[in-house]
Amino acid sequence: MIEIQHVNKWFGPFQVLKDCTSRVEKGEVVVICGPSGSGKSTLIKCVNGLEPFQEGIITVNGISVGDKATNLPKLRSHIGMVFQNFELFPHKTAAENIALAQLKVLGRSEDEARARGKLLLDRVGLGEMGHKYPSELSGGQQQRVAIARALAMDPIAMLFDEPTSALDPEMINEVLDVMQELARDGMTMMVVTHEMGFARRVADRVIFMDEGEIVEDATKDEFFGTPRSERAQQFLSKILHH
Amino acid sequence: MGAFDFGAITRALPYLWDGMQLSLLLTGLSAAGSIVLGTILALMRLSGIKPLQWIGATWVNFFRSLPLLLVIFWFYFLVPLIAQRQVDAFQSALVGFVLFEAAYYCEIMRSGIQSISRGQAWAGYALGLRYSQTMRFIVLPQAFRNMLPVLLTQTIILFQDTSLVFVVGLADFMTSAVTVAQRDGRLMELYIFAAAVYFLMCYGASLYVKFLQKKMHQ
Ligand SMILES: Nc1ncnc2c1ncn2[C@@H]1O[C@H](COP(=O)(O)OP(=O)(O)OP(=O)(O)O)[C@@H](O)[C@H]1O
Ligand SMILES: [Mg+2]
Repeated sequence: MIEIQHVNKWFGPFQVLKDCTSRVEKGEVVVICGPSGSGKSTLIKCVNGLEPFQEGIITVNGISVGDKATNLPKLRSHIGMVFQNFELFPHKTAAENIALAQLKVLGRSEDEARARGKLLLDRVGLGEMGHKYPSELSGGQQQRVAIARALAMDPIAMLFDEPTSALDPEMINEVLDVMQELARDGMTMMVVTHEMGFARRVADRVIFMDEGEIVEDATKDEFFGTPRSERAQQFLSKILHH
Repeated sequence: MGAFDFGAITRALPYLWDGMQLSLLLTGLSAAGSIVLGTILALMRLSGIKPLQWIGATWVNFFRSLPLLLVIFWFYFLVPLIAQRQVDAFQSALVGFVLFEAAYYCEIMRSGIQSISRGQAWAGYALGLRYSQTMRFIVLPQAFRNMLPVLLTQTIILFQDTSLVFVVGLADFMTSAVTVAQRDGRLMELYIFAAAVYFLMCYGASLYVKFLQKKMHQ
């Protein structure tokens, strides 16, 4: 479904991504972890073309992201993305947030979009919150609205960039639960997260990145059993003991 | 001159009101036009496309280096030449104001757009919105709202500046006051009245701006 082949990317002289290669099968959940600045966010932003990359190929469902002829807005409309800081539109209510792209991109009618939004708000446990503005919602609620907003586009895959790292600890689980349910329903997911509990429960594979390289790309059991690289071992022991 | 004659003012009120309507109309149309043009210029300056950036920057630097009075004069003579027909003074003044003020509104909108985090635009693109849709539905409404106090302040200045159309013979509020003052020999009454009106309107508007700012920072 998502294929990443020998991707290199530079910010000016600084190389953020070094020969990254991996693939995500349909229905697979891949967790990406690694130290700060290792290029995790950059990598998943390359997958939906939010960040351009200079070398290599990324395809989603056979469509090349880097190809100039690709209709990027159309491609992106099939790939949901959830951000660390939610990025709900503050001047729109939760329901309007969910409706906007349905109306403007998919061309759905107001009624259709509203009905779909209501359904998804129910699904993330916020059925009564549609009329609220983001500033009136807690962090956990905002992130769940953001997930509903992405799901409203009927995506074929979902990208998550540290969806819980801006949340107060007591709100992390309500978001992870929604994500776990999504995974159970068979959604293809790439999740940048340091929630190793979530990775253990939900992931099929774990990718470990360091300094722009994919150092480890292993099944969950391999990764949590005996990671091959020393850097991954160090990272794991650090993150699990704090 | 004699004692202060209120009658001189009350008698002139209908005429002054006509002038005020012209001032307000010119202010409103100029503000609307130059906010739209200024926003386009701001988007050009932020586009990352060299020729567009150059046009935007040059526009801003050019008009901000000229006295408004000169621009008004200039368009009074230039617009009829370009249009190849008689253009009334109001229309040519309007064109001058829009082009001139756009340089200032551009810089306001530019900082407004820059105040919106990149993540907001990313969220729009990630949903499949195009650049124009992301700007129109997500970035610009927020930029506009954040900048509303500054935009209003600039519009107050614009309102004061419309009194410069005096030079092309347009009967705005200021010009009407001058006309009456000279006709009736009531300089003191009319000039004090005009000053009071400008002061009350602009000061009142600036209080409203302060109120808006307070409300936004709550
Ligand atoms: N627009 C940019 N211009 C220049 N450098 C950038 C830019 N965006 C990111 N970087 C750099 O690229 C590197 C990778 O950034 P990235 O955000 O992908 O890391 P990350 O693994 O997501 O880190 P974190 O865990 O802190 O989110 C960092 O060193 C960062 O400073
Ligand atoms: Mg990151």
